[in-house]
Formats: sequence, C-alpha cells, structure tokens
Amino acid sequence: MVAGVGEFHRPQVLVNIEKAQAAHRRRSRLIFLGVWIAILVGIVGAFASTGNTDLEWIAEWAPFILGGSGITILVCVLSIVLAVILAIFGALGRISRNPVAYAVSSFYVSLVRGTPLLVQIYIIYFALPTISPFLILPAIPAGIIALGFNYGAYMTEIFRAGIQAVPRGQQEAARALGMPERLVFRRVVLPQAVRVVTPAIGNEFIVMIKDSALVSIIGVQELLWRAETAGRPALNILEAFFIAAVVYWALTIIFSFFQGRLENRMARGDR
Amino acid sequence: MTEQRLPDFGSRPASATSGYDTGSELPTHVGEPIVKVEKLEKYFGDNHVLRGVDLEVRQREAVMIIGRSGSGKTTLLRCINFLEEPTVGWIEVDGVRLQADPLRARSRPHQEKIRQIRLRAGMLFQEFNLFPHMTVLDNCTEAPMRVTRVPRDEAVVRAEAYLDKVGLLEKRDEYPARLSGGQKQRVAIARALCMEPKVLLFDEPTSALDPELIGEVLLVMEDLAHEGTTMIVVTHEMHFAQEAADRVVFMEDGVVIEQGPPEQVLNDPRHEETTHFLRRFLDR
Repeated sequence: MVAGVGEFHRPQVLVNIEKAQAAHRRRSRLIFLGVWIAILVGIVGAFASTGNTDLEWIAEWAPFILGGSGITILVCVLSIVLAVILAIFGALGRISRNPVAYAVSSFYVSLVRGTPLLVQIYIIYFALPTISPFLILPAIPAGIIALGFNYGAYMTEIFRAGIQAVPRGQQEAARALGMPERLVFRRVVLPQAVRVVTPAIGNEFIVMIKDSALVSIIGVQELLWRAETAGRPALNILEAFFIAAVVYWALTIIFSFFQGRLENRMARGDR
Repeated sequence: MTEQRLPDFGSRPASATSGYDTGSELPTHVGEPIVKVEKLEKYFGDNHVLRGVDLEVRQREAVMIIGRSGSGKTTLLRCINFLEEPTVGWIEVDGVRLQADPLRARSRPHQEKIRQIRLRAGMLFQEFNLFPHMTVLDNCTEAPMRVTRVPRDEAVVRAEAYLDKVGLLEKRDEYPARLSGGQKQRVAIARALCMEPKVLLFDEPTSALDPELIGEVLLVMEDLAHEGTTMIVVTHEMHFAQEAADRVVFMEDGVVIEQGPPEQVLNDPRHEETTHFLRRFLDR
C-alpha cells in the first residue's frame, strides 16, 4: 500500500502497542474499582453482620448530620481567610529586617506549632474568658479564631516561600520605576506570591476540613457534633460516626477535585 | 590607598570625565551635564568592583559603556539609580545629588533621595522584568498612576502613545507571557518612558534575546537616541554603539580606561587595553 502525500502509514507494531496499552489501562482501572468496592462491601458487611445496624435510624438522622457539613464548610472558609491574613503578616515578619517584626512573627509560629490544636481551642474558648469577661466568645467565632490562628502559623512558611519565589528582578523593576517599598510589595510581589501559593492554600483548606472536627468539643454544631448528638441518646453511635466519616471523606474528595483543577490551571498559567 | 592597587594603565587622561577634550567642540545637539558620577567605588564584600569612576553625561547624549564581563559596567549602571548602594562617591541626576552612604542606606531621607533619582532615571533590564500579572497597558500605567499620581485617563493616553512609539499598541491588552522577548523589551522601554525620565539606563537590553529579535529592540533604541533621549547603555553590540552612540566609554577592572566618539574609541583606540578588548571581541 502506498501512502498518499502528507499521509503517514502507521506500522502495525505501533497500532498493536497502542492497543495493548489501552487494554492495560482499562484493566487497571477495573481492578482499582473492584478493589475499592470489595473493601467497602467488606467494611459495610462487617458492620451489618453485627445485626446492630439500624437502617431506619440512618434514614431518619442522616439529613440532620449531613446538615452539619454546612457549618463545617462555613467554619473552614472563614478560618482559612483569617489564616491567610495572619500568614501574610507572619511571612512579612519572617523576611523583615526589623528585628522586632521578625521576633514577633517567629514567636507566633513557634508557639502555635509547638502546642496541640486541641489545647489552643480549649485555651481560646475556656481559658481566655477567665482573664476578662470581654474575652468570652460564642462557640463558632472561638472555633474560627482557633483554627485560623493555628493554620496562619503553618501557612506563614508557605507564604514566606511564595514571596521569596517571586524573582528579584520584579522588585528591582518596580523600585527602578520609583515605587516606594510598600507599593512594591502590595502591587508587584504580593499578587505574584499569592498565585504561587494558591494551590497550597487549597491543600491546607482540605486538611482543615478534617481538623475542624475538633471544634465540636466546644459545641460548634458542625458535622461531628451533630453525629455525636444524634447518635448518643439512642446508642446509634456506630451509624452516627460512620455517616460523619463518609461525609468528611466525600467533602475532601470533592474539594480535592477542585483543588487539583486549580493546581493545573495555575501550573499552565500565563507566566 | 586604592590608587596603589590599580594596575598600571599607562597614561590615563586625567579626570576627563565628560569624555570631550578641553577645547574640542561638543557635538552640537548635546546640552548641559545631567548625570554626574564622581569618585564612585563599590565593594561586594572584599571584591573591589568599581575603583573610582568619574563620568559625566550631557543632555540628549547617548553614552555606550563597553568592556568585558566583570569590568564593572553593569555595577556602575546599577549604582547610578542605587539598585546597588555604592560604597563611596557621589551620584547626581538632574540636580538631585546624593552621596553613597552604605551605613545609612535604609534611612528614610536617603531612601527618599534615591526615589527622586529613580524618578529621573528609567532603567531597562537584561531580563525585561515586566510584571507578569498585569496587561501590557497596566504595566505602563501602574507607576505613573500610583507613584506620580497621574490621573487614569491621562496615564492611558500616555501609555498608548509610548506603546505606539515602540510599535506595540495593538498588544495593549495582552499579558507579557504572550509576547516575544523582543516585544517584552520594547514594552519595558515604553513602561520606562511613561514615567518621563530625564535619562534612560539600559543594562545589556539585548543580551537575553534570541539573535533574530535583537534588531527590533536596537531599532527602537536607535530612534530614541536620534530623537535626543539621554541614555546610558551597557552593551556588547559594537555595531549598534558605532551607529547610535555619541560617546563610547571603555571600562576595565572597575575604572574608565578610555572614552570618546565611537569612531575614535572603536576604530582607533588610544589605549592598549581597549585594543585588546576590541580585537578579542571581534575575533569571536
């Protein structure tokens, strides 16, 4: 057979290789799915076989527990906003030539990273009000402050790296145009640093969804709190926590999907 | 003290900072001195990069600095607008005079003086350094609007005029990533011009460009030179220097060895070092 002008006759070997690869991919995907289903069926079966699983209870209470995911997401969104703001100032302190700023921000990072989040939540909600009644906070704001304060410290290092990833020439060009340092940072460095760290912020957000379960102990009516509240009186603890776990899992899968897309978009970016 | 460390360069013309022999005619288009560099020295750690440079640039003059890498020419340029704080010496740009003060470099009055100098001296970089998160137009209007408080409409009109001048008006809404290297550098030139500086400093503006893109940038620069834009250019483009320079300055080991009209310095250099450099350069 003679190939026409501009046509490329593909050798049979290439076609065969491609077919084999496609078949392998299909098979792998099927096996992957199969294993997941098998494990899930195993777990659910194990629970069901105890005979204690109360399907009616699940049908009745699942919506109530699920409703807690709204509070979970609200708490996480507000906490991550607070964390980003703290992290920007923290990072500025960490790269500052001013020894006071550097010391304050290092102290913040050290203190927060050196103590358990649970202890921080207890201190903000239970201990601070003993200092002054002005420090009494409702549960949700207290939870948001605790999570934001905690994540702000961890994200300080992320932002520091992001700021330092902006090429030096950018600052030089801005300075050469006569911009004062403040403007150089706000208009040139920060926007580029934020782009660099956006995927990392998404990642922190997903981790936070799980850590936010901790604020249930101060009575924030989020997912875990609702599961506990619903499950305890009727002793349907198994079903309740199982539902909570599945919802957390689903939330992280959903947000991971968006985070992955965000990451791809940033990687492609127009830099 | 530093004098002793200098290699013997033979008879150097004593402090002929303007580059024009006393008594000789200035080129007619050239005006009063606008940039003065006096006794400038710069150390990086123990590395003595500038060893006492004197240089005067006049209004509407195009001065090209040549010399091998490591001769201090880029450092000299970066000291003029204080992107590097000189160790010793004076800089004067358009009447703003500032002494090197490395110990108080970050003090408020010093920084404010530096800013005044930078407003008068625009700079172009080897790596262009356009702001990647802003459109071409925003790159050009950012500094005029936020630094010199030009109203938005006026800043846009000005930016469009300069973008047109560098032949890139139709790219006004593109982001820098969509431009070629040559286009980026031309936008950078427009951006610098939007601040209406008294002098433009070019730091090897074509060194990062693919060979086929160099021409378009040099063409813009040549136009600027012929229109009487005061410019100091660190370059390796000898043909360009020959065409567009009013004066060529040859530097080596942190001092000015020789300067004068391009035809003299490039074709009939008076100093052995210049001859060596040019021969090696042309051999490549």
